[in-house]
Amino acid sequence: MEKFIKHTGSGVPLRRSNVDTDQIIPAVYLKRVTRDGFEDGLFSAWRSDPEFVLNKDEYKNGTVLVAGPEFGTGSSREHAVWALQNYGFKAVISSRFADIFRGNSLKGGLLTVILPQESVEAIWQAIERDPSTSITVDLESRTVSYTDVTLPFELDNYTRWRLMEGLDDIGLTLKHTASIDAFEAKRESYKPTTLPIRI
Amino acid sequence: MGKTLAEKIWEDHIVRQADGEPDLLYIDLQLIHEVTSAQAFDGLRLAARKVRRPDLTIATEDHNTPTLDILKPIADPVSRLQIDTLRNNAKEFGIRIHSLGDADQGVVHVVGPQLGITQPGMTIVCGDSHTSTHGAFGAIAFGIGTSEVEHVLATQTLPSNRPKTMAINVEGTLKTGVTAKDVILAIIAQIGTGGGQGYIIEYRGSAIRELSMEGRMTVCNMSIEAGARAGLIAPDQKTFDYIAGKPHAPEDFAEAQRYWQTLFTDSDATFDHEITLDANNLEPFVTWGTNPGQGLPLNASVPNPADIADVEERGAAERALTYMGLTAGTPLKKIAIDTVFLGSCTNGRIEDLRAAASILEGKKIASTLRMLVVPGSERVRQQAMKEGLDKVFLDAGAEWRNAGCSMCLGMNPDQLAVGERAASTSNRNFEGRQGKGGRTHLVSPLVAAATAIRGTLSSPADL
Ligand code: SF4
Repeated sequence: MEKFIKHTGSGVPLRRSNVDTDQIIPAVYLKRVTRDGFEDGLFSAWRSDPEFVLNKDEYKNGTVLVAGPEFGTGSSREHAVWALQNYGFKAVISSRFADIFRGNSLKGGLLTVILPQESVEAIWQAIERDPSTSITVDLESRTVSYTDVTLPFELDNYTRWRLMEGLDDIGLTLKHTASIDAFEAKRESYKPTTLPIRI
Repeated sequence: MGKTLAEKIWEDHIVRQADGEPDLLYIDLQLIHEVTSAQAFDGLRLAARKVRRPDLTIATEDHNTPTLDILKPIADPVSRLQIDTLRNNAKEFGIRIHSLGDADQGVVHVVGPQLGITQPGMTIVCGDSHTSTHGAFGAIAFGIGTSEVEHVLATQTLPSNRPKTMAINVEGTLKTGVTAKDVILAIIAQIGTGGGQGYIIEYRGSAIRELSMEGRMTVCNMSIEAGARAGLIAPDQKTFDYIAGKPHAPEDFAEAQRYWQTLFTDSDATFDHEITLDANNLEPFVTWGTNPGQGLPLNASVPNPADIADVEERGAAERALTYMGLTAGTPLKKIAIDTVFLGSCTNGRIEDLRAAASILEGKKIASTLRMLVVPGSERVRQQAMKEGLDKVFLDAGAEWRNAGCSMCLGMNPDQLAVGERAASTSNRNFEGRQGKGGRTHLVSPLVAAATAIRGTLSSPADL
């Protein structure tokens, strides 16, 4: 995973709440067996509308998505994170994210930043006034800044460290194989197994 | 101080705990399907890793599979590649798989319980948000992303932050015609799509205890629609009876049951949040909008966004009405339906088919609509045919299909056309969920059946 320390880019205002993962990437796009190429399905139902924000020239190069509350509700599809990343987004700002989406994003290096709705509203206004406004998301200081505004956000130390080091979770867990072995040695024998097959 | 059920199960599965880090949780069972696993197996291959516990892993094909002509090669080459990829991965890594045509194929959340592999006190994950279904057995079961699927395959553990706990007490007795589906739709309408965020919900109270295991699965299934990480229900005699006799029921049942009987929330335990719902006054529920929180009793009318105080919610309601092609004030029962979908991991189990068939028996569906009946699994399909339910559906004019997710998510050919309106027993009414431009009203199997007969949203009482 790529390290995430700090990112500066322009913002895309997505003034909608409850943007669910079926909107981020509809099921028909989930048939690929790779992790790339999902940008074509991103917000696909809305992309045919010339008024949709991603279709506007001034927002075409945005890398920070600024979304309404309850972003990423619905299915667990990590393809939603891949689609946003494949399209070029590095961070998403919202006042509330659905749990699974947020977990997926932070595992995959897409930084999801929680700010109060008033701050989201203020950023929307700033980037709607001037789409070239640059937004900096800084993990080191845990702040979002634009124009002369600096806003702190929360992220637990562990996740921050993992993102800043670009560390793979599996590698970290495998260091604790001895603990897993010990746990398994004590597991109750009546717990079910899928093999051998019983019918 | 006492512990809640969720806390007990969580603590029983901690492999490692360290300050400032998520708990490393042992996973008792991982369910796999074709859509969210390919990239995980690829990751394993790239890192030359193995599946740690193939014997705690099981795969089935469901999301992307056709429900007609299932023994012919899948027509869409991309879908076929995805299914073939799963089959190859299962073979390469030694994982049990139930493929199309197999006696145990079906929607992943129907397959686990029907095999008896879903048991109380377990931790269960799947790359699918409706994994919460398995919580009906008193297990902590939750959906995960593909990176986490890979993590569990490689280590049989998952680093997880402990969710908070919420109790939803549903007290009283449900009226005839009011089902588990109505209970959960009413709960979501009350707490909202984000109301359960960060929580494991424990459903409690007399109305929940009265539900069958199928009904409990329906309730837990939609925990995710309330934003919760998981939902669960304390196991009881009904749970034990359901598991007994299933293929993977414990050999030493008595010993297992002794443990299961310790799985309840202690009387002096406290929840981080508690909500109570009166079961006596519940009515059949239906959604009118494009998120599962936008629901109302069937006797109500389409709401007027102008009456909604919250600005965000008002905007969402306005957009929803435009998308749904509905006018404020229209009685919900006047809404004409084009397609009725009976199926999915919410309501595709045998009890759901029986309920719908009991309404449709000897009747015809309206000539203005089509009805798809898609059993949740091949076992459910076989059982239904043994009981003659397929005949009831076919005689009524409905289509009788093979098992799979089908129109629940519109990934296979079973989709709504643009502007088409469905009454669906599934769990998501998002824009385009059942096909681009399709409109979805979520309903119970009873409402689905009555609607199929009348052509407009209806409950059996209207017949
Ligand atoms: S039936 Fe629907 S909700 Fe259930 S697993 Fe399949 S697609 Fe997901």
